Amino acid sequence: MISANLPYFVVVVLFLIGLLGVLLETNMIKIGIAIDVMESAANMFLIVLGFREGGYIPVKFLMPAGTENFVLPTPQALTLTAIVIALATSALMLSLIVVLYRHYGTLDVREIRRLRG
Amino acid sequence: MKLMNHLPALTLALPLLAAFATPLIAAVSAKARNRWVTCVSALVTLVVFALLHRVLVHGTQIYVMGAPSWNISLPSGFAIPVRIILEVDAFNALAACAAALAQLAGTIYGLKFVKKFTGLEFYSALFLLLTAGTMGMILTGDLFNFFVFLEISSVASFGLIAFWRDRPESVEASYKYMLVSQLAAQLVLIGLAFIYGRYGVLNMAAFSRAVQPDLISKVVLVFILVALGMKCGAFPMHMWMPDSYAEAPASVTVMLVATSQASLVVLCRFCFSLYGTAIGSAAVPWALIVMGCLSMFGGVSMAVVQHEVKRLMGYHSVSQVGYMLTAFGVGLLALGDAAAMNDYGLAAVSGGLYHMINYILYKGLLFLCAGALYYVAGSRDLDKMGGLARRMPVTSVLFLIAAAAISGLPPFNGFVSKWMIYESVYAVHPILMVVALVSSVLTLASFVKVYQTAFLGPERSQFAAVREVPKSMIAGMAVLAAAILVLSLFPSWTVNTLVRPAAEALVDKASYGAAVMGGAL
Repeated sequence: MISANLPYFVVVVLFLIGLLGVLLETNMIKIGIAIDVMESAANMFLIVLGFREGGYIPVKFLMPAGTENFVLPTPQALTLTAIVIALATSALMLSLIVVLYRHYGTLDVREIRRLRG
Repeated sequence: MKLMNHLPALTLALPLLAAFATPLIAAVSAKARNRWVTCVSALVTLVVFALLHRVLVHGTQIYVMGAPSWNISLPSGFAIPVRIILEVDAFNALAACAAALAQLAGTIYGLKFVKKFTGLEFYSALFLLLTAGTMGMILTGDLFNFFVFLEISSVASFGLIAFWRDRPESVEASYKYMLVSQLAAQLVLIGLAFIYGRYGVLNMAAFSRAVQPDLISKVVLVFILVALGMKCGAFPMHMWMPDSYAEAPASVTVMLVATSQASLVVLCRFCFSLYGTAIGSAAVPWALIVMGCLSMFGGVSMAVVQHEVKRLMGYHSVSQVGYMLTAFGVGLLALGDAAAMNDYGLAAVSGGLYHMINYILYKGLLFLCAGALYYVAGSRDLDKMGGLARRMPVTSVLFLIAAAAISGLPPFNGFVSKWMIYESVYAVHPILMVVALVSSVLTLASFVKVYQTAFLGPERSQFAAVREVPKSMIAGMAVLAAAILVLSLFPSWTVNTLVRPAAEALVDKASYGAAVMGGAL
């Protein structure tokens, strides 16, 4: 069943890449990309879970005659919402990075450490 | 009355719609904007209190968005729970009331506090959006809806923490908070995907009916607990909390406190109402207890050495969250054992819950007082302050009320809730009570230090021209102080009519499911 489970492996790998990126990267833009990769992993997980072999969306005029299996499009709806939210937060994160770069003159998180103690 | 049925939806719709109308109204005049935000937040507070009253009188309120019924029924009779519902029982209604008081205080206080800065139309809009997000997290009965409101409140708070964007520290704090909350949000989303994949539901009541103590449910619980632990500032993931609480304007910090507690509300919902006995092992309660004790002691020991007044209070927040986590962990440990539940479990849950309400009120007041100090002294460094009690008598009295409440001095409300926690955690292990007591003493010590250095002592020459803060700021602080005094003066009424029903609603998993799903299924 390797082929059927392949998408799940991809999800796990993507998630780990994102997590390691957030934890280990020092460039703020790369951290932002790592967060986006994690978001993609979560979205892909939802889509893969929602796939059913031979299922159709429950819209009458789109389905072939004699269709028996309907799929509730909830995961797809969730994914769309999550993508929109991820877009908004990515844009906001990039704008924060721009402001931080103007203040500190660097993208290295190790040098952006005025808050401590 | 027809309108009364729509109270849960109004709680969300009012601030949400008002938020987007605010920039338009701000185009008329600054005065119009101030009146508008004050009216809206007063109205939200009114609606939430009416909701609490209705819940206490008529029982759990269910609101289905956009349809009379919460499910889709196929011709074959098969019903799928799909719609977004709000489920309001005594527990969320009480938490929503505390959050409503926090946003009212923050709004009134903010009218003058941020007056001299630009971009206020967006400040007001984001503040209302943060209110809407927090209320949504507290009131929702749908898991994905929770994720959406979590992100709404996060995005609004990123903007508000970085409000003073000419200060590098503010933007840095906002970026830090953003990393933590985006990581948490993705963990929540993956947890929800596991739930949907395993049980095919996202409705919280339906999930609480379906949940089994199997491997996937445990994986879900790990994802959700880690994510919400990050969002509510428990010890190993607490580093964002002092930063963002200190760097945000004080009027925003009071709302951030309520928002982080909204995460704790959902964490409790997951542990008690959704999982309950299906948690399956003692590992989760003990994890909460250990996390709680570490936060309690770690937070307060970091706090006593701080010199910046708002950072000090930020570290205290970590410590206060520790009290609640420990209490809820003890309650969770007793779950499923009727004798233990009667003996100490319910007392622990009530204590944690009461402490949560108290914490939102007195911590908010403390941050507002710190903001008032910053407003007059132009600095948050304790070493540069002194002798301000003569200049600011009202603020110093309000600070004293809040400091006595957080340190657990009788007769204030903090004493009652801490006492309930001490008594109940003692039943599990005496060492827990020792940690809680020591943390409480250190809390008192650090607030004596703050009061001593900022308000007492010889008058400093540079503060000769300082006067009491404007009336609207006093009014904002008075909202929270009045709430603290009401809870302090009527302790048995509070515990019996507000806290006990809320704790019972929280631990009663069967009726949480039955309120939506009915007896069948």
